[in-house]
Amino acid sequence: MTSTAEPEVGRARLRKEDARLITGRTRWTDNMVLPGMLHMALLRSPMAHARITKIDTTAAREMPGVIAVVTGQDLAEEQGSLPCAWPITEDMKAPDAPAMAVEQVNFAGEAVAAVIARSKAEADDALESIDIDYDELPVVLDMAAAIADGADLVHENLGTNRCATWVYDSAEAGSGGAIDDAIAGAEVVVERTYRQQRLIPAFMEPRSMLVDPTGDQITMWSATQIPHILRWMTAAVTGVPESKIRVIAPDVGGGFGGKLQVTPEEIITFLMAKRLGKPVKYTESRSESLASAHHGRDQIQKLTLAADRDGTLRGLKVELLADMGAYLRLVSPGVPILGAFMFNAIYKMDAYKFVCTNVFTNKTPTDAYRGAGRPEATFGIERMMDELAAELSMDPMELRRKNWITHDEFPFTTVAGLTYDSGDYESATDKAMETFGYDALRAEQQERRDRNDAIQLGIGISTYTEMCGLAPSRVLGALRYAAGGWEHAAIRMLPTGKVELVTGTSPHGQGHETAWSQIVADQLGVPFEDVEVLHGDTQSSVRGMDSYGSRSLAVGGTAIVLAAQRVLAKARKVAAHMMECAEDDVDFTPGTFSVKGTDRGVALADVVVHAHVAHDLPDGVEATLDSDATFDPENFSFPHGTHLCAAEVDTETGRVRLRSYVCVDDVGKAVNPMIVEGQVHGGIAQGVAQALFEEAVHDESGTLTTGTLADYLVPSAADLPSFDTSRTETPATTNPLGVKGVGEAGTIASTPAVVNAIVDALRHRGVNDVEMPCTPMRVWSAIQAGGAR
Amino acid sequence: MRITMTVDGTKYTDDVEPRMLLVHYLRERLGKTGTVVGCDTSNCGACTVHLDGHSVKSCSVLAVQADGCEVTTIEGLARDGRLHPVQQAFHDNHALQCGFCTPGMIMQAVDLLADNPDPDEQAVRQGLEGNLCRCTGYQNIVRAVRDAAQKMSPGAGPEAEQVADETAEATKLSRAEVQS
Ligand code: FES
Ligand code: FES
Repeated sequence: MTSTAEPEVGRARLRKEDARLITGRTRWTDNMVLPGMLHMALLRSPMAHARITKIDTTAAREMPGVIAVVTGQDLAEEQGSLPCAWPITEDMKAPDAPAMAVEQVNFAGEAVAAVIARSKAEADDALESIDIDYDELPVVLDMAAAIADGADLVHENLGTNRCATWVYDSAEAGSGGAIDDAIAGAEVVVERTYRQQRLIPAFMEPRSMLVDPTGDQITMWSATQIPHILRWMTAAVTGVPESKIRVIAPDVGGGFGGKLQVTPEEIITFLMAKRLGKPVKYTESRSESLASAHHGRDQIQKLTLAADRDGTLRGLKVELLADMGAYLRLVSPGVPILGAFMFNAIYKMDAYKFVCTNVFTNKTPTDAYRGAGRPEATFGIERMMDELAAELSMDPMELRRKNWITHDEFPFTTVAGLTYDSGDYESATDKAMETFGYDALRAEQQERRDRNDAIQLGIGISTYTEMCGLAPSRVLGALRYAAGGWEHAAIRMLPTGKVELVTGTSPHGQGHETAWSQIVADQLGVPFEDVEVLHGDTQSSVRGMDSYGSRSLAVGGTAIVLAAQRVLAKARKVAAHMMECAEDDVDFTPGTFSVKGTDRGVALADVVVHAHVAHDLPDGVEATLDSDATFDPENFSFPHGTHLCAAEVDTETGRVRLRSYVCVDDVGKAVNPMIVEGQVHGGIAQGVAQALFEEAVHDESGTLTTGTLADYLVPSAADLPSFDTSRTETPATTNPLGVKGVGEAGTIASTPAVVNAIVDALRHRGVNDVEMPCTPMRVWSAIQAGGAR
Repeated sequence: MRITMTVDGTKYTDDVEPRMLLVHYLRERLGKTGTVVGCDTSNCGACTVHLDGHSVKSCSVLAVQADGCEVTTIEGLARDGRLHPVQQAFHDNHALQCGFCTPGMIMQAVDLLADNPDPDEQAVRQGLEGNLCRCTGYQNIVRAVRDAAQKMSPGAGPEAEQVADETAEATKLSRAEVQS
């Protein structure tokens, strides 16, 4: 072990993960085959709301290769109810959520029967022989209609489609004034209603699970983001002791929140394997995935922004309807609540009120999707800032500058009650504006307007922040979330000089094996190559809260630092003993201990061996240097940045072309700038996709009409431009690495930047909104309508 | 039905159901799980392999249609422990995150470069249109493909064709080795 001259943290290290991924030596769950393994196929309801009046499985049982056919009735005793870990209010209505429908189906795509057969093809074939009759019920699809008097009900026994109403009022919370006073006293009030369309996470690897009941434990491999939570919840749902369950997330092909779930499929597969005593595998088709894996977004936002004529913000009122779909999944009700603290964004104002009503409909359940609540909030406020600027005939960036928290005002407690530890909105914005060429583009815009060019130019701004690094456990508790927000790490110092880092985070594309190795290498002074990162198996990674909410680095990375410090604290004792000096006289430079002021030293590698063989340890010191640590953050982290988009809109066809996209993000210290950049690229792409392409559409019977990748428009390379990304680095003050998190930033920032650009291109034509996704048809119609004014 | 095909240089003979898709034959019968399935409508390109030197979506080809053909999958692209220049470029340019789209993306990119040894950004984007990636936003994939193009044929366009030929050559070679 030698000390590395250049610190690892901050280096654009190529990824360790790639070697297996570029050669096809990957362990996707669906690749795995076990002796005696059976295959499961699921029959799914084509109806969005219906009573099951008959299911006859006799013929299916007779089909070749079929081992078992089960219905919801057969599982009713064991399947329990799928967990919702976030009951946001005391009186929240939560329907029973069976993994397989028993008497009634509540969304199209819900599982109603399972066939287990010797091959997948045989299981699929037998599905067709299941005879099932439904009695149709009225379908509830529109949120506003769903909560009107006399509405048809999704769940008759709940007596209402209102799930819960959650309120944040700055006057009540003591973080600001009363919103009604602010609005009444303001010189300008802008009111708008925006629709956050329903989206589908559309991770590229379909969900897959394999459950092996052979032996004393039940092992479940699953394409999940959350092996630890899945283990806990599977035990809670099925009654099988958690200690008898091992969950492994092998290579996982994307998640974006879509695999932050305890799914019906996992529970059904688990129960069937347990029942049959044989390994059972289930892999969904893409069509099944689009219809039944949870969706995201789907809000109606009524926003009221109050200000003075000079642009000073007075207050913001947010009234939301959030579509839960038919059931509450793991964190469904809490997703819009994560937005509650973000609508006020980077701006100072006197008063703020947020009211959200969660509504049941006969659609696929919604839950976390990249950003989860925060993209919705950022979209709302950033669109409103542009609307207010237009109202005041002010430059939209000028309006933002006038209201944002300045760099010398941190730490700053916002009107929503959060304390932002750090930030520098001025620097990020100045850098972005310069790269973008803001003034030149404004001049060109004016010129095109003057000559009434068919191609109009628009400039879209998004100066966003987000709260991530989820999350301080005490805050989660106050928000009635059922779990904690800490993270765990363990370091094993192997006698051969290699280091194993066991993390509780569970990567699925983020490159933790690389970035975590960089952190360990710096902390201990060991070579990057000597660090092996273990994750995603509850038997080796015994504690963890998994990966979501841009938490892995800010929380999990800090746990690594703490574990490393414990390794060194112990090593220092052993080194002092070896060098026969007092502990206080020991110096540590990465990789080596020495006696202060002398040239006597001992390599960490030798201390490791010394501690491992334990022939001669000081009194009270246990063998090995292995240590672990848990970190619970004091606060969230608050990445921020400025995204600028120039869009050309063809006023004759409604076609939008993104001409340039510039962003400067501040995610704090970048452990691996290359990975950070990749996250920003992918994040922006998903946000642009919301602005321009994607929407989960249901017809009036509640059938998903965008049920394949031919209809649900995940953009291809040909649909997207290149993005000009760069960074400023304002370290977070709330963790030793100074990191903030980057997974969701691009998605949160980009959607309003794009829509603002489109509206800006058309504002002189009387357009003040285009509903997402801004398809040529919608843009063209908005032009024809001359806007909503 | 009995079929014979050469996959990644090894000759296989098997009885398959007429309805079996090539991708399922590769994955389930041959254990070539480097090639993956991402959709059921031929939209994602995750399953892309080379059939007689040209890229195809192996979920839209029946195994029996590949009878007598040579198939190269992501697992057969590296030779003698050396990565194909496109694989290397994907690594060097951080062109993958979760990596699920990567095998198909690389196979498509190799085919693209055989057709057009020096594609500009737009040509790469068009050429990869049938392959979806949810993680990267494509920017680094485009960069990787252009980087590979540079490395494969410094300054000389037509040379890129060689790669396809070399790959075919190597396939034949290793098949000969297997047969001997
Ligand atoms: S699996 Fe999607 S195109 Fe073949
Ligand atoms: S790297 Fe994940 S889908 Fe492309």
